[in-house]
Amino acid sequence: MSTKFDASVSTPVDAWERKRLAAVRPASWNNPAPAAPYQLVIIGAGPAGLAAAREAAALGLRVALVERHEIGGTCFNTGCVPSKALLRTAAVYAEMRDAARYGAEVPADIRVDFSAVMERLRRIRSHLTNTTSVRLLAASGVDVFFGSAQFSGPDSLTVNGQPLQFDKALIATGARPDIPDVPGLKQAGFLTNTTIFELAELPPRLLVIGGGPLGCELAQAFQRLGSRVTIVQKLPLFLEREERDAAQTLSDAFARDGIEVRLNTMAVAVRSEGDEKVVDLVSDDYHSTIRVDAILTGVGRLPNVQGLALEKAGVAYDDVAGIRVDDQLRTANPRIHAAGDVCLDEKYTDTAEESARVAIRNAVLGGCEKMSELVVPWCTYTDPEIAHVGMYVREANARGIPVKTFTVPMHQVDRAITDSEQGGFVKIHVRDGSDRILGATIVARDAGDMISQITLAMVAGVGMRTLAKVIHAYPTRTSAIRLAAKAYNQTRLSARVVARLKHWLARPR
Amino acid sequence: MPPLCSLPDDALLERLQRAALGYFVELMNPRNGLVPDTSRDNSPVSIAVVGFALSVYPLAVERGWMDRDEAVRRCLLALRFFRDSDQSGSPTATGYKGFYYHFLDIHQGRRVWQSELSMIDSALLIAGMLTAATWFQADNAAEAELRALADTLYRRVDWRWAQDDAGTIRQGWKPECGYLHYGWEGYSEAIVLYALALGSPTHPVSPECYAGWESTYQWENLYDQDFLYAGPLFVHQFSHAWLDLRGIRDGFMREKQSDYFENTRRAINVQRCYAELNPHEFAGYDRNCWGLSACDGPTDERPDVNNERRRLFGYAARGVPYGPDDGTLSPPAVLASVPFAPELALSALRNMLLRYPEVLDGDRLATSFNASLVDANGRPWVSGGQYGLDQGVIFMMIENHRSGGIWRTLRRCQPLVEGLRKAGFSGGWLDAPTAEAAA
Repeated sequence: MSTKFDASVSTPVDAWERKRLAAVRPASWNNPAPAAPYQLVIIGAGPAGLAAAREAAALGLRVALVERHEIGGTCFNTGCVPSKALLRTAAVYAEMRDAARYGAEVPADIRVDFSAVMERLRRIRSHLTNTTSVRLLAASGVDVFFGSAQFSGPDSLTVNGQPLQFDKALIATGARPDIPDVPGLKQAGFLTNTTIFELAELPPRLLVIGGGPLGCELAQAFQRLGSRVTIVQKLPLFLEREERDAAQTLSDAFARDGIEVRLNTMAVAVRSEGDEKVVDLVSDDYHSTIRVDAILTGVGRLPNVQGLALEKAGVAYDDVAGIRVDDQLRTANPRIHAAGDVCLDEKYTDTAEESARVAIRNAVLGGCEKMSELVVPWCTYTDPEIAHVGMYVREANARGIPVKTFTVPMHQVDRAITDSEQGGFVKIHVRDGSDRILGATIVARDAGDMISQITLAMVAGVGMRTLAKVIHAYPTRTSAIRLAAKAYNQTRLSARVVARLKHWLARPR
Repeated sequence: MPPLCSLPDDALLERLQRAALGYFVELMNPRNGLVPDTSRDNSPVSIAVVGFALSVYPLAVERGWMDRDEAVRRCLLALRFFRDSDQSGSPTATGYKGFYYHFLDIHQGRRVWQSELSMIDSALLIAGMLTAATWFQADNAAEAELRALADTLYRRVDWRWAQDDAGTIRQGWKPECGYLHYGWEGYSEAIVLYALALGSPTHPVSPECYAGWESTYQWENLYDQDFLYAGPLFVHQFSHAWLDLRGIRDGFMREKQSDYFENTRRAINVQRCYAELNPHEFAGYDRNCWGLSACDGPTDERPDVNNERRRLFGYAARGVPYGPDDGTLSPPAVLASVPFAPELALSALRNMLLRYPEVLDGDRLATSFNASLVDANGRPWVSGGQYGLDQGVIFMMIENHRSGGIWRTLRRCQPLVEGLRKAGFSGGWLDAPTAEAAA
């Protein structure tokens, strides 16, 4: 029987998977007897819920955590963690094939053992349960409930019918794949981020619908692992939010990898013919059809607001935008806050975790911290990586803030040259006429790590003048940041200043 | 004739400019005034190239290279063709809403290649019509007809129809699918498009439209140059072929204390720095051999010296510093830099001509060459034939460098002047008390 690459795939249950399941959803788990009113009930045990639970437990609160499926959420089980494990293996294969670029010999026979790739993924995911498990949560004093939570009033809810009272609650139910409404897609079957990491066989031909961060990462990874990948994106560039040059760099990288890139293109119909999925594509007036073995979609995200009986708690929400919160993450019910993907536009793990901390401090410590004051970086882990923090130029322009960008292409950076990785750049956006950093975009192999220097500078209120003083070990890619800061310093030297300096240096001594 | 490189600058430019004119003289269809996109067999017409032709003819008269009657006759042929063309917007028409399809067949002037109704190429065509109409001011029937036709065709363009939801002007439309996805984001060659659209007496776009476009600009410091970023060199040149942007500033340039002319000088410096850094180690690149722009290029994949499979891009808008870059340079883009940085442009051009004489066919420049791809005799890949856009911009930029002839002409074109003012431009010749004084 041929392999089906759709939602019916299930993870091979090996030792690693048994260990993971025992940690994140133990089969023998019995929900505890509810305590008297909890000081805090958290709904959802993804990154936001776990961060909140740990913060609350550290504060000594009486806290309950309710999870419908597995603790760890999308990031841990079906998102960042498994995808990064997969990306690393894919990068190894890419380097093997590209060995000649580094003066090395290309191995004669490069064969991908997909089952080994996936076993490593499961091993790593399982290994990380050493720090993320129901047992550890319970040991820290958190009452963990598995089941479906439904509000029954402004200060109460039930878990599988069992009532829980609370002083404060935090909704952190996350988001789920947003499946595009393409005729025939459901009937033909498709993969999402929740099922693709359960594959036991590599699909020979894969269509990725959607050019957001996860779609881009997985398209590149599967191409490098041996699938023939086509990616369709209805917009003219990938990564809608990112700067044009960053997205263009990614398009070029995809083309180098051999991915078939179809921009300005929409999938308009899907049908099955034998084991193949036949997909009709339209780009303006160009119609075409491709045949693939698997379709990955749903790489956009929709908030999980259904089934919670939010109306009974007086919590306002929208099916697409999620739970309505103010800048301090308060919902329409003063007892209830929300955090993470269920209420934020920025659906990133780091944002979710930090928003949970903000919500807890505001909810139980009377804080008034604002989300708009956070400096949150994000990164798309393609090769090269695309990382951003702070404002984009278009945002600064829209707010009437004069902005100037200091750009250092990686081909000006010695370490990038020695590594034969000159693609990419560092762009630091500065308020024109000052040294205040508004934001930055970095495109480089390790942009996700590099962006932290800019994030640190922004949080600490460090400007370009100070960044120019920071000495970097030589040679490193991060020296691009100092080069940008030095370029800033150079612009401070007006012709008048240079003339005075010359005059001073030429004075008789 | 002596080789070009042996000539002093003025004589060199004279020969190159006259050779560029030859493209339009030789290749225009005498039945309808249309001019092909390239000199290759069976090339379709590019409407932008017709716009260049209409701009070139009057200045050729001024130089004494073409009879005035002949120039007027050529202009009238094209203008009458566009007046009478099918404007139904059908898949085989010539245009719609006063705009025209990008590529037309040279005999009937109907749409080919399923090309898009192109706003920017239509704008370059209209700019050419207005150049001719403004220059030919004689009081006779032929030149009066020329002026009336240009006015009619300009008034016919429904610029408002081309605005998108955000107010900026769309790039294209097709009868098969409506407006194209692409929008104008970031600085581009579209200043002349916006000036025409804002100055239209019949269907002007609102001034907010231009501000909306400006809001997508990126002011960058790259290689120690502060400039309004755009990668390909032609972006920094095309509007300047018609518009005298020296010393006049819009809101963005006032804030940055620069102007678009100075900006192009800096873009040239950025090109030189990039070619010197030569990140991809292509043959020939150095501080005196540059010119990444929109041009033809090789398409076959071949291994290069570093065992890295090089990608070749064919016809593409090559740019710096993010590419695409496959080792292909455009001599016409270097020559078209002559008004902005005469010494740098001529030095680089002479360098290219000495190193790669194959880029010349007579006195006419090929659109591009690639010195990293050589044949068995060590000769670089050179694009076959010539491109009309190159020859047009070469003629106009040399003329602007030598006499300011096109700029002087269009400083008297009231709709364009009005369009620039509505876009927020002021200062310099725009603030001169009368048009005559400005001229």
